[in-house]
Amino acid sequence: MFDLISFIPRAVVQGIPLLYGSTGETITEKSGNLNLGIPGVMYVGGISGVIGAFLYEQACGSPANMRGFLAVGIPLCASLLGSLLMGLLYCFLTVTLRANQNVTGLALTTFGVGFGNFFGGSLIKLTGSEVPSITLSATSAYFSRALPFAGKLGWFGKIFLSYGFLAYLAIFLALISSYILRRTRTGLHLRAVGENPNTADAAGINVNRYKYRATCLGSMIAGLGGLYYVMDYACGIWSNDAFGDRGWLAIALVIFTIWRPNVSIFASILFGGLYILYLFIPTGMNLAIKELYKMLPYLVTLVVLVITSMRNKRENQPPAALGLAYFREER
Amino acid sequence: MHNHNSPLFHISKRKNLLWYQAWIIRGAAIVLALAACAIVTTLLTGENPLRVYATIFRGAFGTPRKIWILLQNMSILLCISLAVTPAFRMRFWNIGAEGQVLVGGLATAACMICLGGRLPNWALILLMLVCSIAAGAVWGLIPAFFKARWNTNETLFTLMMNYVATQLVAYFVIIWEVPKGAGKIGIINQNSMAGWLPQVGGQKYLLNVLVVAAITVLVYFYLNYTKHGYEISVVGESERTARYVGIKVGKVILRTMALSGALCGLAGLLLVGGTDHTVTTTIAGGRGFTAVMVSWLAKFDPLAMIFTAFLLVFLDRGAGEISTVFGFNQSFADILTGIILFFIIGSEFFIRYKLSFRKPVRKED
Repeated sequence: MFDLISFIPRAVVQGIPLLYGSTGETITEKSGNLNLGIPGVMYVGGISGVIGAFLYEQACGSPANMRGFLAVGIPLCASLLGSLLMGLLYCFLTVTLRANQNVTGLALTTFGVGFGNFFGGSLIKLTGSEVPSITLSATSAYFSRALPFAGKLGWFGKIFLSYGFLAYLAIFLALISSYILRRTRTGLHLRAVGENPNTADAAGINVNRYKYRATCLGSMIAGLGGLYYVMDYACGIWSNDAFGDRGWLAIALVIFTIWRPNVSIFASILFGGLYILYLFIPTGMNLAIKELYKMLPYLVTLVVLVITSMRNKRENQPPAALGLAYFREER
Repeated sequence: MHNHNSPLFHISKRKNLLWYQAWIIRGAAIVLALAACAIVTTLLTGENPLRVYATIFRGAFGTPRKIWILLQNMSILLCISLAVTPAFRMRFWNIGAEGQVLVGGLATAACMICLGGRLPNWALILLMLVCSIAAGAVWGLIPAFFKARWNTNETLFTLMMNYVATQLVAYFVIIWEVPKGAGKIGIINQNSMAGWLPQVGGQKYLLNVLVVAAITVLVYFYLNYTKHGYEISVVGESERTARYVGIKVGKVILRTMALSGALCGLAGLLLVGGTDHTVTTTIAGGRGFTAVMVSWLAKFDPLAMIFTAFLLVFLDRGAGEISTVFGFNQSFADILTGIILFFIIGSEFFIRYKLSFRKPVRKED
């Protein structure tokens, strides 16, 4: 029997990193920057949080000495800082130096994934501490703490209230960025920059400033997805390459949701569900067929990609200047 | 009167830069990048930077075996880079080389497993060649069809096709696994060696190097001296112009992507039939993405790609050696590669644009 009440929470926790990633990438793409470095940024966001938490746990000695505020705050700030630096690097290369966005993004992904796996594998050696593996269960406990009465509310609590605060933050950020993009002047300006930077520039909008801010903000939000994954989903245990291809799925989600973060809330949970569906479909002894089920999220993305391109509606198109560098003196 | 508001410098487009000046700028970027890499390594290991460079060289050229591995990695990477280049020249961002290599390798392995021993070896190898090329071409044609028909975003399409290919390989790995439950195929036809590509001159990797050298020359001529190559360039420059002069853009897209995929499939054949004799989900090993950078760094010029492919493989092997010597994990190579790429990417700016600084204003003006 398909167990919906245990399926939905697992789909949600799978979906939250994707939601962070796609919200961040949507904001970035609205400014005309196609940041293919998001997978790398999410790795860096995750590992920076791990480094922060690791150092703090080491400094405290035992979990009893840890303060909740610092235990959450230090990894959070480290993660934001790490992904901000990645965003700045991307902006410097693509906006200031006008480099090719595809290549820069791929290089950023190579670098970021390498950075994550390197520090994940070598952090213990580098700090000279005597622990067998990076297990930040004390910090993770602060991150994944759910509302105390969630357990008492039966299925309702399990489906809606059983997550750590970062999950709710993801939904909040998606809603607020949707609102800002569609209903405020800042959002209008940002969209103008992504659609037609020449016109935006002529209207007195500082194109480069908008690109920098949107891309850096987008990176920081995406980096939180990496942090959520390690601290909440993986219970504070970093293992190399465990984050996998979620960054790429997040980029696919942006197109899947037609650049709408609020739609992404449902879409990312749907993707999360597809991601783990193979665990819930009874296949008996046939293990091979599970591998085919793992194709589902990608196949669904392909179908949506094709359908949106076939319908070809004007409001469903990517920002017109997506992927192009802007140089004022070039007409 | 001097104007305080005039900016410190302004940026303007360069007129045509002589080719050697461009290479001086790129060379300077690589030198700076290597310096940055040495600083990072020294900070992490406390080692003398000169020894770091020595270690990089030893990792790449230390023993004849290491040189052969360098050549092997370089030829596979070059083959994939050559494969994606025709597509890039027409601005079709094929980042699905990974998947195209995987299905090529999968088709090769399928031939070896299902028909090994039932066909004479030459027929089997011929069949492997046809199947791997066809598989790669089909994997390239699918996104090309949707791009040509409905202008579907090819970057994401090819990206998703990678994962479909990965899962397809994972499925067949479980179907063919030896022994049952091992989760891997192991060496195919270990005793009969059916379907193994012949060794040339007693060297395991020489055949691959020769095949890729031939492909390099062919792709160079195809792109620069044939009608097809010209059509690709026109479509890349401007689709409207291409349509105006009567080039069927859809046909060019399909043809070029079939070629792109076919070459990737061939790389899969070289990997599975030539050297690895097994198939896993990681045989392509991220080369599909590295190839994008190899191709771009060489400005889509097949001959310059020999150099850029060498550079990236050299760094990868060298950084791998650093990781082993200093007890880090292999990912250290990715960090160093990333740093070098950032420098080279950044240097392109100084090739295309020049900075003119504000002239110092004298007091008496």
